[in-house]
Amino acid sequence: MPELIALVDGSTYSESVCDHAAWAASRLGTGVTVAHILGHRQGVKTDLSGNIGLGARTALLEELAELDKAKARLAQKRGRAILEDAKARIEALGVEQVETRLRNGDLVETLTDLESDATILLIGKRGEAADFAKLHLGSNLERVVRSTTKPVLVCSRGFKPVKRVLIAFDGGASAMKSVDHIARSPLLAGLAVKLLTVAPDTPEARAKLDGAAALLRAGSFDVETEIGPGQPEDVIVRRIKGGEADMIVMGAFNHTRFRNLFIGSTTTELLRSCQVPILLFR
Amino acid sequence: MTGFQAEWFGNVRRDLVAGLVVALALIPEAIAFSIIAGVDPKVGLYASFSIAVLTAIAGGRPGMISAATAATAVLMVTLVRDYGLEYLLAATVLAGLLQIGAGALKLGNVMRFVSRSVMTGFVNALAILIFMAQLPELTGVGWETYAMVAAGLGIIYGLPYITTAIPSPLVTIVVLTGVAIYLDMDIRTVGDMGQLPDTLPVFLIPQIPLTLETIQIILPVSAAIAVVGLLESLMTAQLVDDLTDTKSDKNRECIGQGIANTATGFIGGMAGCAMIGQSMINVKSGGRGRLSCFAAGVYLLILIVGLGDWVAIIPMAALVAIMIMVSIGTFSWSSVKALREHPTSSSIVMLATVVTTVVSHNLAIGVLTGVLLSGIFFAGKIAQIFRVRSTLSPDGRARTYVVEGQLFFASSQNFTEAFDFGEALENVVIDVSGAHIWDISSVAALDMIVLKFRREGAEVEIIGMNSASETIVDQLALHDKPGALDKLMDH
Repeated sequence: MPELIALVDGSTYSESVCDHAAWAASRLGTGVTVAHILGHRQGVKTDLSGNIGLGARTALLEELAELDKAKARLAQKRGRAILEDAKARIEALGVEQVETRLRNGDLVETLTDLESDATILLIGKRGEAADFAKLHLGSNLERVVRSTTKPVLVCSRGFKPVKRVLIAFDGGASAMKSVDHIARSPLLAGLAVKLLTVAPDTPEARAKLDGAAALLRAGSFDVETEIGPGQPEDVIVRRIKGGEADMIVMGAFNHTRFRNLFIGSTTTELLRSCQVPILLFR
Repeated sequence: MTGFQAEWFGNVRRDLVAGLVVALALIPEAIAFSIIAGVDPKVGLYASFSIAVLTAIAGGRPGMISAATAATAVLMVTLVRDYGLEYLLAATVLAGLLQIGAGALKLGNVMRFVSRSVMTGFVNALAILIFMAQLPELTGVGWETYAMVAAGLGIIYGLPYITTAIPSPLVTIVVLTGVAIYLDMDIRTVGDMGQLPDTLPVFLIPQIPLTLETIQIILPVSAAIAVVGLLESLMTAQLVDDLTDTKSDKNRECIGQGIANTATGFIGGMAGCAMIGQSMINVKSGGRGRLSCFAAGVYLLILIVGLGDWVAIIPMAALVAIMIMVSIGTFSWSSVKALREHPTSSSIVMLATVVTTVVSHNLAIGVLTGVLLSGIFFAGKIAQIFRVRSTLSPDGRARTYVVEGQLFFASSQNFTEAFDFGEALENVVIDVSGAHIWDISSVAALDMIVLKFRREGAEVEIIGMNSASETIVDQLALHDKPGALDKLMDH
């Protein structure tokens, strides 16, 4: 049963998504479903004549349908090519069971249909239309992460073998979920794991951290813990830049969109600044 | 957040341009519909501004254009004539509140009872109403007016062959106005029709006595406006859905129209709804987002307040030409050809909707007629789906009737006639386990059949009554039970 869904869109990140998917598949011993979703195409032809004649409705409908058809055909062709490339790349990396899915519709709505039997979604940090200069994240990334119930592996631009994992542990519900998931999953088994809490060193925070560490040790992980004050995003970014880990695991978007609009989100900041893959749990 | 941005700013440049094309066409329409309703042009112009802007924000269908419309204007004529503008404003507010209520109760779903034929009848009737509203401008006038209207239509339909970069209705207005002034023609202008806006709209409370009598006067009009407005809005939303291959939120649209009308009553505007013709023009011009309707409303206000003096000298003939264009574009031409191809019952429904509307000048009555007729035709068709078979026992003393199919009010008479009461029998068995008994008419018919056989001296036994009457959906809520559909189908 394929348990990994890799979302590809033909951008630079697609190759990395394939590499990460192959890596995860080999660790989990599962197959991969590569999905490409054709967004809603909208044939717009501007005719400013402002008049409508007899049979205007039918004529307009046919004209717009014709425009859409041409675009849809092209998008489909391109989509199939992207999927073929992705499939070939993942197979070349040794994964036997690779399926492809080409779907029409809104990314988030389609994903809800697709993901029912998936364990992890993989998506590139940025998409086709991303503006690299401004460090903008892909516009679909947050929507996907917020809408799905599955863990999402946000892939960095290039794949590097993962040896050390940093778990950003804030003691919240999604952080607990992430530790629980990792303790039981073969995905990161045998890797060096560091549990990091960026908060004042209170007995309460310490207790939660130790609890999480115990859970991981029970899953025979090699665990190191650390607790210290600071701004979570600053501390974590510094650690990653210092080469302390090559993957981050964290709970994502714990706050409402409204709060994020004004205060900003730790998740967004980390996604933007860290050049390593990040596994997000909601 | 992303959906919000896409609806507003997903198509900015095209929306702004399409909004301008729409605004230019909205001006003559708003003036024309004010004249239909019997109020000053400023009432329709303020309404078009306010409705367009508010439905852009609160409506459920991005890219659809709402403003003062013919469908609602024809409903106001009597109220305005007998009681005056203040009552119309109050009726507008009340219609808006009714629409908000309809949206809150999710009555948008009731649209599924309005069949395709009724919808076609609706647009055809609307087109005829718009055309008929132009007739006063075309009767008892000199040849100059006819020449001007003809020239206007020539420009509207001819110019797009040369260029589609400028709206041909705008060129029509400019050219005809220029010609009229240059030749110093003695024809009617927009300024002759009543007061035009010279300021931005202001908030005002309709000056009416708040009594039960007032409510009795305005409620029928408000209810009709609310119903017709929602019907046209939801139909137009469906049309825009189809044209752009996207989805809309119908109940939000009801509430949006309601908010727009309520607020519009308070700034001295008349009630309106979505416009089929304008929405098509918007889509054709490339408008897709909320911004297109919003921009159309804002441009409209800027144009009329800024260019009020110029608007006053536009000859009515130019407006008439544009309204004839809207009427022709709204009419479903293919429905005339389809009259012969479609089933007679569908054609009758469509024609009945058109005729009752044109006679009553009330689309609500037309639609109600159409919906009732299509319901009756449907019942008539389903009533044919039943069969009674019978077998006589070898000794000739007993007969078994097997009833299958749909038994309800429309089929109960044929059902009764399927039995032969003249046959002298000792025993009669009626097996209704293969029938669906939908209502008490059929139960009563069955009782009567039993009684008649008994009078003729036969013993009657009914088999399968329980399973048959389980289909009385109202009582037993059959649809909630698992396997209900199978039960309906397996007979």
